[in-house]
Amino acid sequence: MHPAEALFDALLLLSMVVLAWQGVHARNMFRAVVSFMMFGLLTAVAWVRLEAPDIALAEAALGAGLTGALLLATLGRLKPERRGARLQRAAKLSMLPWLALGLAGTMTLLAVTLALPAPGLGERVLSAMPEAGVDSPVTAVLLNFRAWDTLLEIAVMLLAVIAIWSLGQDVLASTSRLPAPSLPALVRLLFPLLVLSTFYLLWRGGHGPGGAFPAGALLAAGLVLALLAGARVPERMTGAPLRCALAAGLLAFIIIAVGVMAEGGVFFAYPPRHAPMLIAIVEIAAGLSIGVMLTALFLGGEPTDTQGGST
Amino acid sequence: MSTIAGAILIVLGLLFFLSGTLGLLRFPDVFTRLHALSKADTLALGLVCAGLALHADDGTLQLKLLLIWLLVIVSGATCSSLIARAALAHGIRPWQR
Repeated sequence: MHPAEALFDALLLLSMVVLAWQGVHARNMFRAVVSFMMFGLLTAVAWVRLEAPDIALAEAALGAGLTGALLLATLGRLKPERRGARLQRAAKLSMLPWLALGLAGTMTLLAVTLALPAPGLGERVLSAMPEAGVDSPVTAVLLNFRAWDTLLEIAVMLLAVIAIWSLGQDVLASTSRLPAPSLPALVRLLFPLLVLSTFYLLWRGGHGPGGAFPAGALLAAGLVLALLAGARVPERMTGAPLRCALAAGLLAFIIIAVGVMAEGGVFFAYPPRHAPMLIAIVEIAAGLSIGVMLTALFLGGEPTDTQGGST
Repeated sequence: MSTIAGAILIVLGLLFFLSGTLGLLRFPDVFTRLHALSKADTLALGLVCAGLALHADDGTLQLKLLLIWLLVIVSGATCSSLIARAALAHGIRPWQR
């Protein structure tokens, strides 16, 4: 490794530890949220350094962007006296055992990692690539070899949306908004670009870094920006169309997973000649659903707002 | 030749980043800090992107660098305006000598 790279990595790791510390020990919640967002951004850089651009894309869009927007929106809805409230500080005395425990845990993890077989499952994935139906190993793992895991991830997201929506109505209507003419102008410019990038990443997922999760996150970023700029869910979209969009990814996944059994296959074992098309369908449906689900999480409840226009 | 010019542009950009950060740390209130940060950083990023474009041997890459700069200009300007408006709305008065 080049010395400059080693220096960069060391600085990156150090900043991440400092930011993580600040996130937990910040003077107030706002600082904690900002530290968390910066931590997400640096985590994305760390994934780039580990040559995992797929995860870096998803982390940058989700960890730094959308989670930050969610946390800031939540902060904005807290009562002012709680928003600025000092976070409870851990007593100085209790820190030492935790530090020791953390160090011991890190050492154990390191030992376990070093003891693992070095290339991991990489070889097996690469040897199975001819039957995968896509050229990108990451997409092959996510949507073919380990599609079951991805199916469950999407199911968990949908459950989260259902849980949040069952708590009450959307909270956007009650938030105060700043008169800021520049934001809608920015959204008008960025929204089409973000939708275009969503489809670019969906298409690119077949042969390079990209795929359903980063694409969905970008779509959600566009939709959340539009919501922040004052757009509301159009009335004809609420109800059935919105629910269909939310469930589309999971539905497509399950239908295909069960459907391939009709050809005499096993649950989720795509027949190789149909694999590219089936994966493309799942990828597009999952990407769009992830985008809508993330936006639904931001809405904080089923949209009931009847006034206001759309984008 | 273009490699040296590119390196000079990048170093120049880093100097602007440094001055913007100095302004963020040293200026008295949110408005003056925004003023220092947004302008210096936008120019700095432009210089770094131009320097990297001189190093790139691929037209697509240069186009992407230009696109990055343009997007950051637009979003940076909007963010600065939003932060300044939020600060005004929260009753923060601009600093006066």
